[in-house]
Amino acid sequence: MSALIESLRSGFVALPAADATELGVARRNALAAAVANDLPTQRDEAWKYTALRALGARKFAPTANTAPFDVALLAEIPAPRLVFVNGAFNSSLSDLSGLPSGIELRPLSQTLATGEQGSIDFLVRRFDRGDAFALLNSAFADDGIILRAAANTASEIPIHLVFAGAAADADLAAHLRHLVELGENSRASIVEHHLSTGAHQHLFNHLVEVYAAPGAELLHARVQDESDGASLITRTDADLSANSRYQRVDLELGAALSRHELNVRLQGGGARLQSSGALLATGRRHVDTRLRIEHQAGDTRCDLLWRGLAAGRGRAVFHGGITIHAGADGSSAALSNKNLLLSESAEIDTQPVLEIHADEVTASHGATVGQLDPRHLFYLRARGIPEAQARGMLTAAFCRETLASIGNPALAATLTAMLDAKLTSLEIGE
Amino acid sequence: MKPMLKIDNLHVRVAGKEILKGLSLEIQPGQVHALMGPNGAGKSTLGNVLAGREGYEVVHGSISYFGRDLLTLEPEQRAADGVFLAFQYPVEIPGVNNTYFLRAALNAQRKQRGEPELDSMQFLKLVREKLSVLHLRDELLHRAVNEGFSGGEKKRNEIFQLALLEPKLAILDETDSGLDIDALKAVADGVNLMRAPERAFLVITHYQRLLDYIKPDVVHVLSDGRIVESGGPELALQLEEHGYAWVRDRIAPNAAGGAQPRP
Repeated sequence: MSALIESLRSGFVALPAADATELGVARRNALAAAVANDLPTQRDEAWKYTALRALGARKFAPTANTAPFDVALLAEIPAPRLVFVNGAFNSSLSDLSGLPSGIELRPLSQTLATGEQGSIDFLVRRFDRGDAFALLNSAFADDGIILRAAANTASEIPIHLVFAGAAADADLAAHLRHLVELGENSRASIVEHHLSTGAHQHLFNHLVEVYAAPGAELLHARVQDESDGASLITRTDADLSANSRYQRVDLELGAALSRHELNVRLQGGGARLQSSGALLATGRRHVDTRLRIEHQAGDTRCDLLWRGLAAGRGRAVFHGGITIHAGADGSSAALSNKNLLLSESAEIDTQPVLEIHADEVTASHGATVGQLDPRHLFYLRARGIPEAQARGMLTAAFCRETLASIGNPALAATLTAMLDAKLTSLEIGE
Repeated sequence: MKPMLKIDNLHVRVAGKEILKGLSLEIQPGQVHALMGPNGAGKSTLGNVLAGREGYEVVHGSISYFGRDLLTLEPEQRAADGVFLAFQYPVEIPGVNNTYFLRAALNAQRKQRGEPELDSMQFLKLVREKLSVLHLRDELLHRAVNEGFSGGEKKRNEIFQLALLEPKLAILDETDSGLDIDALKAVADGVNLMRAPERAFLVITHYQRLLDYIKPDVVHVLSDGRIVESGGPELALQLEEHGYAWVRDRIAPNAAGGAQPRP
């Protein structure tokens, strides 16, 4: 057994989750399965390019004394917002004013405290592909968000979900479970912020479940800008009903290790997924995004636009898996993955995989790895722009493509500013 | 009068092949020089060498610009010092907004020259002025640099940049190619508005047509990497009438001596 799982198991008895209720039994079973499975290795196809040896050899504590939270971090993040510090809900930093009517938003810890059956069912859910992290999440998750939009609720106001890592006297492991449920023809926008106050080396294990009822629309942005020492394991599972629409954008800007599995099932006819993202593997960062998109009904559509950038000793891993199942006739799938390799010690692994078992399907996929176009660079320099600035401009433009399709201009501007600030601070191209 | 630009016996290699083979040329402030010649003579090579593009190896000769050695300067320094190349094929740059690019370029040049940068209000005022003079649609400003522009719009955008950046030496590399007559006139009008005693133009073209609208002071004929004939505007008309073969035949005896390999 890895030191990581051993350290979590020894902390388990101290948790309230170890009780004899239905949930407690499910948690113990999940932990036993995680112990039996142990962490995935690189022999496991899904983890081929991401080694967990270093992470697995470390020990994590369930709780510790945490340094005070720097509220300045929230200056740019308006209400309505829920804030979690080191995985625990913080009510004084949260502010639900302006929450659109028809939208219910609560921390999971509150619903667990009241023993609400709905939240328990959701935690007990069995996973068809339960790797150790999903199982550990089932065993330990005691906080997160529960968001429900009633049918026909329409809101353009982004709801901000802030997950802050804070410096502490031990390396912490926190497991969070989130549920986002959209009723028929409802519309909502959420933004996940993963950021840090102070340097730390915590492990955050997020599991997000999204259910979109027929005709629902969800705009879901996720900005991961965690501390350089942090490890994030994220899994997002989304089920899309007929004519629902799921647009998401992921900016992977920080952390030492960030692995994200995005599993989307287009279950109802006419469902549509639009997913874009930028992976910034700079410094010694390892960023791994794995898409598994399943077209299970006819006339479903996915548009995937991902950009990767590796500099320094960074490594960007992208797997774009699309399956168009039998019966999903008339579906269309488009995947574009372009990557910039900016140093000799950096690495990019990209793997587009398209499986088609249906008829009348339109599908395209392309993956490239290259450098900045010297013709672009010369054009800018010939107009007087110094080389370093020109490289910065072109690199930013390359990453900004992922934000072009966001319909909400204010949100697009916010995300662009975050991306630009990160690129400037990294001095890419210098 | 000291020339603004003095090119002396320039030999340039591209991908191991000698393209310019002893080109000499002097340009005074205020002058418009036309450089004509058949395809493959080395016209665009000269434009690229002046602007500082990579991949052009100067194996012999010199280029002096206001008495400084131009070849030691980076492309951005040349631009800040007033050298401007209107590209034959302006490249599309997705994701870089045209206005943002123009302001970055102008301010980068001003900064290198030790001048104060323009704020967005000052810049916008300048842009409006130049647009109205050139009769350009401001819609072009909101798009990415050259992205989705027609051939004519790309060339007009080059001339717009020329008007905005106000260089001292403007090199127009086949700006007329691919333009219909209206676009050609618009481009020529833009250039003529920019003519000034302190500014010089080097107009590179294959055809005489553009020179009907931009009247040159001096016309040069480039053939096989060297200037083989120079004259007044009438030289362009003679070329138009007789074709480049005529020049080649005419200069063949003289050219033979100059084509000797150099040490």
